[in-house]
Amino acid sequence: MRKLMIAAAFALPLVGGTAIAQETVKIGYIDPLSGGGASVGEIGLKTYQFIAEELNAKGGILGKKVEIVPFDNKTNPQESLIQAQKAIDSGVRYLTQGNGSSVAGALSDFVTKYNDRNPGKEVLYFNYAAVDPALTNDKCSYWHFRWDANSDIKMEALTNYIKDVPSIKKVYLINQDYSFGESVRTAAKAMLAAKRPDIQIVGNELHPLLKITDFAPYIAKIKASGADTVITGNWGQDFALLLKAAADSGLKANWFTYYAGGAGGPTAVKQANLNHQVFTVAEGFANVDNAPSREFEKALRAKYDFSLFYPRAVNEMRMLALAAEKAKSLDPVKIAAALEGMEFEVFNGGKGFMRKDDHQFFQPIYIASLGERTDKEPFDEEHTGWGWKQVARIDTPQTMLPTTCKMDRPN
Amino acid sequence: MLELIVISTLNGVLYGMLLFLMASGLTVIFSMLGVLNFAHASFYMLGAFFGFQISRWIGFWPALLIAPPLVGAIGAAVERYGLRPVHKNGHVAELLFTFGLAFAIEEVVQIIWGKSPVDFRVPPLLDFPAFTIFSTNYPAYKMFMLLVSIVIFAGLLITLKKTRIGLIVQAALTHPHMVGHLGHNVGRIFMLVFGVGTALAAVAGVIAGPALVTQSNMAGLLGPILFVVVVVGGLGSLPGAFIASLLIGLVQTFAVSIDGSLASAFGPLAPGYKNPFVADIWNVTIAQIAPIMPYFLLVLILIVRPMGLLGKRES
Repeated sequence: MRKLMIAAAFALPLVGGTAIAQETVKIGYIDPLSGGGASVGEIGLKTYQFIAEELNAKGGILGKKVEIVPFDNKTNPQESLIQAQKAIDSGVRYLTQGNGSSVAGALSDFVTKYNDRNPGKEVLYFNYAAVDPALTNDKCSYWHFRWDANSDIKMEALTNYIKDVPSIKKVYLINQDYSFGESVRTAAKAMLAAKRPDIQIVGNELHPLLKITDFAPYIAKIKASGADTVITGNWGQDFALLLKAAADSGLKANWFTYYAGGAGGPTAVKQANLNHQVFTVAEGFANVDNAPSREFEKALRAKYDFSLFYPRAVNEMRMLALAAEKAKSLDPVKIAAALEGMEFEVFNGGKGFMRKDDHQFFQPIYIASLGERTDKEPFDEEHTGWGWKQVARIDTPQTMLPTTCKMDRPN
Repeated sequence: MLELIVISTLNGVLYGMLLFLMASGLTVIFSMLGVLNFAHASFYMLGAFFGFQISRWIGFWPALLIAPPLVGAIGAAVERYGLRPVHKNGHVAELLFTFGLAFAIEEVVQIIWGKSPVDFRVPPLLDFPAFTIFSTNYPAYKMFMLLVSIVIFAGLLITLKKTRIGLIVQAALTHPHMVGHLGHNVGRIFMLVFGVGTALAAVAGVIAGPALVTQSNMAGLLGPILFVVVVVGGLGSLPGAFIASLLIGLVQTFAVSIDGSLASAFGPLAPGYKNPFVADIWNVTIAQIAPIMPYFLLVLILIVRPMGLLGKRES
């Protein structure tokens, strides 16, 4: 009897565990929830939870509830791998991560090796924000799918817009000193040279990541260079402080940015009083003229105190649900196959598709400027009263860039 | 070129004075109590957040008056109920205590105000360009920061060197027992000094908050550079901290404006030579390494003149 009880004590939790695992689809959210990146990571987590609730209200994925399981990686690649292993051990088969291309590179590598060693227990990695082009080029992996446009695609869109603005003559590049900043400035230089050879690049600066408290010296340099336009991939405080210093010194320039829409960005733009002088490139924003996305935005804002910064996360989760239906299975291998080449009506409207060659998602890209609103822009940002106004929409075919990826497919 | 030199000098002085505003409290505490306060930047952050909150309720100017005494009171309480019992166990225990305190304060700030930057604005009264030089505006607010730093420097120096209070405070540091026998409450003097030191940090916080970003990691960003200022200036020397702040401000600002690299001085590497490590060093510009210049200075000073520029004793 005693032996039986001991056996039962060991066996019961196992039975219970698998029963629960089968009832929910677990998505492991691996992003910073403490430390410097926490403000961004927390907003991402809440966004995912909101999307999961929306999916669950419609019956979940194949009738199973979607559950977002948070794992704190402190924006650290090593910590991310520990957390990924922890997630896998707790029954997670889908990982999602976005902050930091260094983390993304490590995770992609980890998942690829894990799947090689554990056939039948494959894990998929959905990348929603790490934009280093290498991840879908020479370092591409079959198990990695990216929903955000990589930094080259964004630069392609930006430069296609800049191409047709003759008033832009002198461009200054200022970026953070790491792989992403480096890829922004390399792409900007090459693409501007090809599309507008008359544009002069009057400065090409790299500054340390998240360490500068006063950008006044950098602004003095930009000013001395006579630039009329600044292109920057800066995010977080590096963006906010840069703009603040620019406003203080009265720098008159247009700003083409990747992340002006991120947490704290709109507040900084408003403080700097740069009305429709700061542009962002993204796959969507609150004021896109599209009824379903506006409804979603309204619902999100009713619940949380932030706007939807990740339309791509909605695309990711909805496509996962679609792929599961198509494959009639929750097996990651079958879902990966179903995702390849999948066409999808994206969150902000328009056709997008997951390219089979490199697992990069292509979608319409928008350029928008932040400033005073008209009737067409119902949403403001961060209670500033200012909102994003559409400046250009680049349709999917014009965002396609070639890839060098030689995909290693499982047999 | 002249334009860049003039503007960089101005920027350097402005940044240097902001550093001094923060370092003054740290150096006062160290010179008086001999405590290296790792949590100093956290009190600076508390000042910024208190300033933000109070200015929301009743305006910036009252905040500038109310927040520093509030933070000072917290600082005094920390000295009385935290540091004093810990003091018995020696300097290492004190260091560890302030080290832990910094984390605790950061967590508390995150719980109350969140992790995102708060919208702390320059008061409308000072929100205009004070003057324009080479078509660059100099905000009146930065001039105000400069003024406050100078006033604090002068005020502190006079209090310490010329007044009776300063005399007792200095005496209490070297001869606490004698001062005690003369009828002064040494414990209370230490508590007051710590309170004043943290209140100074809070003044810096309230003033720097609107000029920079008020965020829960602002302490971590400025903490290390404060120690550079204090060590380079000479531990415990107020004029030393003043000079070091200006020096670091200027060095960093000028370094940013120099685009020179080894490649521009000696020409690019031979195209066939592809060692990425050497190529990195060869092509890095002085502007890129500007932010590590202060730390380089710190190492250099410690090697050449360990007591700092104006320090009196080796430590």
